[in-house]
Amino acid sequence: MTAFEFLISPFADYAFMRRALAGACILSISAGPVGVFLMLRRMSLMGDAMAHAILPGAAIGFLFAGLAILPMTFGGLAAGLLVALGAGAVSRLTTQYEDASLAAFYLISLALGVLLISLKGSSIDLMHVLFGTVLALNDDALVLIGSIASITVVGLAIMWRPLFAECLDPVFLRSVSRTGPIAHFMFLMLVVLNLVGGFQALGTLLAVGLMMLPAAAARFWARDLEPMCLVAILIAVASSYAGLVISFHWSLASGPSIILTAGVIYLASLLFAPRGILASQFKPTHHRTA
Amino acid sequence: MTKILNSVLACATIMAGAILASSSVAQAQGKVKALASFSILGDMVARVGGDLVEVTTIVGPNSDTHVYEPKPSDAVALTGTQIFFVNGLGFEGWMERLIGSTSFKGETVIASTGVKSRTMLEDGVEETDPHAWQSLSNGLVYVKNIADGLCKVDQVDCANFRKNAEIYSAEISALDAEVKAKIAAVPAQKRKVITTHDAFGYFSAAYGVAFMAPEGISTESEASAADVAKLIEQIKSQNVSALFVENMSDPRLLEQIGRETGVKIGGKLYADALSEKNENAATYLDMFKNNISLLAPAMVGS
Repeated sequence: MTAFEFLISPFADYAFMRRALAGACILSISAGPVGVFLMLRRMSLMGDAMAHAILPGAAIGFLFAGLAILPMTFGGLAAGLLVALGAGAVSRLTTQYEDASLAAFYLISLALGVLLISLKGSSIDLMHVLFGTVLALNDDALVLIGSIASITVVGLAIMWRPLFAECLDPVFLRSVSRTGPIAHFMFLMLVVLNLVGGFQALGTLLAVGLMMLPAAAARFWARDLEPMCLVAILIAVASSYAGLVISFHWSLASGPSIILTAGVIYLASLLFAPRGILASQFKPTHHRTA
Repeated sequence: MTKILNSVLACATIMAGAILASSSVAQAQGKVKALASFSILGDMVARVGGDLVEVTTIVGPNSDTHVYEPKPSDAVALTGTQIFFVNGLGFEGWMERLIGSTSFKGETVIASTGVKSRTMLEDGVEETDPHAWQSLSNGLVYVKNIADGLCKVDQVDCANFRKNAEIYSAEISALDAEVKAKIAAVPAQKRKVITTHDAFGYFSAAYGVAFMAPEGISTESEASAADVAKLIEQIKSQNVSALFVENMSDPRLLEQIGRETGVKIGGKLYADALSEKNENAATYLDMFKNNISLLAPAMVGS
């Protein structure tokens, strides 16, 4: 098997592979930086909470429109926004940390969702229907991911400075500007948009995985925010491509292949990157001399 | 006279209490209270029982029995039930827990008793395939088991149940012949169908149609790119023209395969559950008619 056959043919021969690669790469561009900001704000587990939090919205969509994906997605988006903004507001207005308020809100939301589904007496695994797979990206899903990526990139560019300042020192930002909360809520909306769109198009694992693993790995490579986001995007794109090739040639499930590739890159970064374990162990430490 | 009658009644009550506790209840209330685990079985019980049986179904139309979680109301329904019909063959994984938790004392009928079971590959492990009703000749076995079960709890109306079963069986047999004729009209090399869920093993064996369901597309597990590519090649090389989605699954992956191969999706097949009353697969027989009326033309192709 030539290198061409190994690396290029799967994509040249099959449209579904091209679509999968395009979808994963576009999502990488927006999810990578969002993941970096989430990580810097210590909200790395938000993705998993969100996967549960959208249930009541999806259920309401289902109750009104049946097993149609679009109403379920919009419902999910609304529920996700309510939970994220509610949790954000509580953490701003009270002394409670955002992880605690997020946990509270998503559990309320999840319970409500289960209750709503049971009301209908139906037992369809709604999430199984709503959550897509990278191998089944139709035009709608690609348009959805593309729009979300565009909104995210523009949104992040506008809010870059306040977001950046707030990651470093929220108290300072509060003292010099009132944009902090606005930036925070706008950012939460971007997070929900990326996650819910990602769930619908690619499934939970890929949506959360492409967001958090590259961001966590990038932390070991870069010190500054911009390079960190860039490295995260690169790692996400590389994982998407390599994961799909692996899935194609070794008959492995695609989503896990992509995320495990990102996982391997994370572990390698953890060990060997300039800011990883080995480098920091063997770096000559300069003590400050008087 | 009343004295004799009373003692006879008392005797009968004791005997009934000992042997036929449920039948005395049945006569007292008029109708046999039956519970069926899922919609297809519920329909069959209703046909055999006719006006004499009140059937409740646990897992309703368009719902997935495989992943069903019993509710307290189901346990309540079971307590007031004289006879509980289940499919068996591992279809209702939750059924034993439900019976165990309710101290259900009535009759349990496993409708698939006597069916020659098949195995299927699920995630690489051989498992018993529970979808036995997908062959109409198995449907006849179900009907017989249902009639036997109803006769056990209500001997008085047994003849009625037998008669209903006979009429119903004749309809099933007629449909069976019709299905066979429709498939015989399809050229042998075209009898290939791709669908999302491997629920058609018995159908395949009974009627000689090859069903291909790529692993991972139906179940909890995820498909690999290689599976999808293989399926696309298979469709192209074997000229498969029948591509179907099922009533309760995510159709997107199959739609993708359809786009890539240029094969149109032929419609919705019903496998594990009936449709709502206003759709075209509301009974066991209608479900079969719906499926065959979609399958036969799609296999022939245009």
